[in-house]
Amino acid sequence: METRVGMYRAQVRVRYFEKAAYDLFLQNLVKGTSHLATGQEAIAAGVSAALRPDDYVFATYRGHAHAILRGAPMPAVLAELMGRETGLMGGKGGSMHLTYVANNFMGSYAIVGAHLTIANGTAWSAQYRGTDQVTVAFFGDGTTNIGAFHEALNLAATWKLPVIFVCENNLYMEYTPISEVTAVPRPAADRASAYGLAPVAIDGNDADVVYATALEAVLRARSGDGPSLIEAVTYRHGGHSRADPGKYRPDSEVAEWLAKDPIPRLRDRLLSVGVDASLLDRIDTEARSEVDQAREEAKAAPLADPAGVERQVFADGGAQWRR
Amino acid sequence: MTYRDAVAAGLAQEMARDASVVLIGEDVGAAGGVFKATVGLLDKFGPTRVRDTPISEQAILGAAMGAAMTGLRPVAELMFADFLSVGHDLVVNQIAKARYMTNGQITLPLVVRFGNGGGLRFGAQHSQSVEGWLMAVPGLKVVVPSTPADVIGLMAAAVRDDDPVMFLEEKALYSTSEEVPDGEHVDELGTARIRRSGSDVTIVALGTMVHRALGAAEQLAATGTDCEVIDLRSLVPLDVSSVAASVNKTGRLFTVEENPRLCGWGAEVASIIAEECFYDLDSPIRRITAPHIPLPAADSLEDATIPSVDRIVESVRRGLG
Repeated sequence: METRVGMYRAQVRVRYFEKAAYDLFLQNLVKGTSHLATGQEAIAAGVSAALRPDDYVFATYRGHAHAILRGAPMPAVLAELMGRETGLMGGKGGSMHLTYVANNFMGSYAIVGAHLTIANGTAWSAQYRGTDQVTVAFFGDGTTNIGAFHEALNLAATWKLPVIFVCENNLYMEYTPISEVTAVPRPAADRASAYGLAPVAIDGNDADVVYATALEAVLRARSGDGPSLIEAVTYRHGGHSRADPGKYRPDSEVAEWLAKDPIPRLRDRLLSVGVDASLLDRIDTEARSEVDQAREEAKAAPLADPAGVERQVFADGGAQWRR
Repeated sequence: MTYRDAVAAGLAQEMARDASVVLIGEDVGAAGGVFKATVGLLDKFGPTRVRDTPISEQAILGAAMGAAMTGLRPVAELMFADFLSVGHDLVVNQIAKARYMTNGQITLPLVVRFGNGGGLRFGAQHSQSVEGWLMAVPGLKVVVPSTPADVIGLMAAAVRDDDPVMFLEEKALYSTSEEVPDGEHVDELGTARIRRSGSDVTIVALGTMVHRALGAAEQLAATGTDCEVIDLRSLVPLDVSSVAASVNKTGRLFTVEENPRLCGWGAEVASIIAEECFYDLDSPIRRITAPHIPLPAADSLEDATIPSVDRIVESVRRGLG
């Protein structure tokens, strides 16, 4: 029960965070672009609940949720979005590259597919070093049609790597439905057999299902039985990115998925098994005030200092290319 | 020892010293590499440390990157340097930028080995000199050894370096041979070598072109022109001070580059020297490069493309007026 309440808290924290990020955009305090996970929280929450603190996680440019749920400090994440000196990466990465290596959150990657191959590397390293650490790589449905996806799956299966590939299939790549440009109905699951893996497609808006599926894959990876590919079907409440109002989606489809919002779903279920409403209300209040506090902290922080712009290109801390 | 055996010797030296050094790539294990530069390593270090991969350049580079993030010092072979193009995203967007984008959270002590350059009649997709592609990307170190001893010493330095090092082995030099130092040999990245001292002209070259520049210097000496030949050895870090000191002495600079004309490393060297040593120069800087064309396959055509000893001699003579 503690895990399920934890997954509820995780989703609520992400929901409020994404709302704050969106509002800060409207106030022009967040620049560039940003890709929100509103509506998709159950996948990050369910998978994270199945992991150990020393496991490795890779996310995409839609990675705020994964960063926060792997323990990246919320004020630093918001500060990164806002280009502040106190940002998670000092303002050098921005929304699409959130990374928190202190907790083995190995980064958010903005070139579709690349990080699946990199996730193999941390998994290979764990295998070589003889630890039982597991690696998880989250990715979107669009990734299933890029070469790196197939290279990564083949190598992971061939080397029996302890890695779990989690497809967050929200039905649209950017603006085009994934079904219109993919040869098979289930973009990830229907590719699994090509790499000797079981086809796994689940309801990604059900945190309980995500958790149970992830747990099985984690056990498999940890015990040396190799990779898994999970396709979790979900839906983003908003558009692809800040610039996208998502008007290409039929109203009826949006309404249908709003009714499947993972947060009220888990809340109702928890209430039905006797969890006290006041506990869930308190979680809501705490999450809101955590986000409020993080936002005020980030707003008060100074802009990223240009004095640091030539730092950290190389391991000596600088950018010196000549001598 | 041959240049190709020096690759294996350099890797073996580092693998024996440090269990975190591992080697992956197409055919690097049982086959000993398509260039036979990793022969014996599988037998010596076993299949967990020397691992064959599928023909999947992105998967190879990604695996190396992830391993380097988490405590290993991987060496990845990409076979022909031209295949960099297939894994370009991993090198350019991921490996090169990870430290900077994460403000130093990620360190990537990895080496990518390439068989670089022409001279073997392989045609336009298996003969390119890709050092210019790599030099243009912030965050990469770029090394091009010209001798077997340098292969060992610079390989050791590359493996021990905490930054990603692109290690370009010159295919045309694999069969060349020289005495190498006994025992452990570790060199330093970013240091040029004066291969021939001279007082009239500075010729800066890289990799295979170092040997042609030395050949040209011999011919020019016979007619009274005393050339200093500098082997740059690495493009990043770039040893500007060695070149500047030489130009300060000779007043004349030529670069010899195997790459196509535009944006070759020599253009960067020339621009730095023009900016910083203008008043030391007695004549315009001249670049001797391949023409700006894809590299053709036929003997006569490839020979007409890559700078030859004769062309270097002629260009230097013309430059001296």
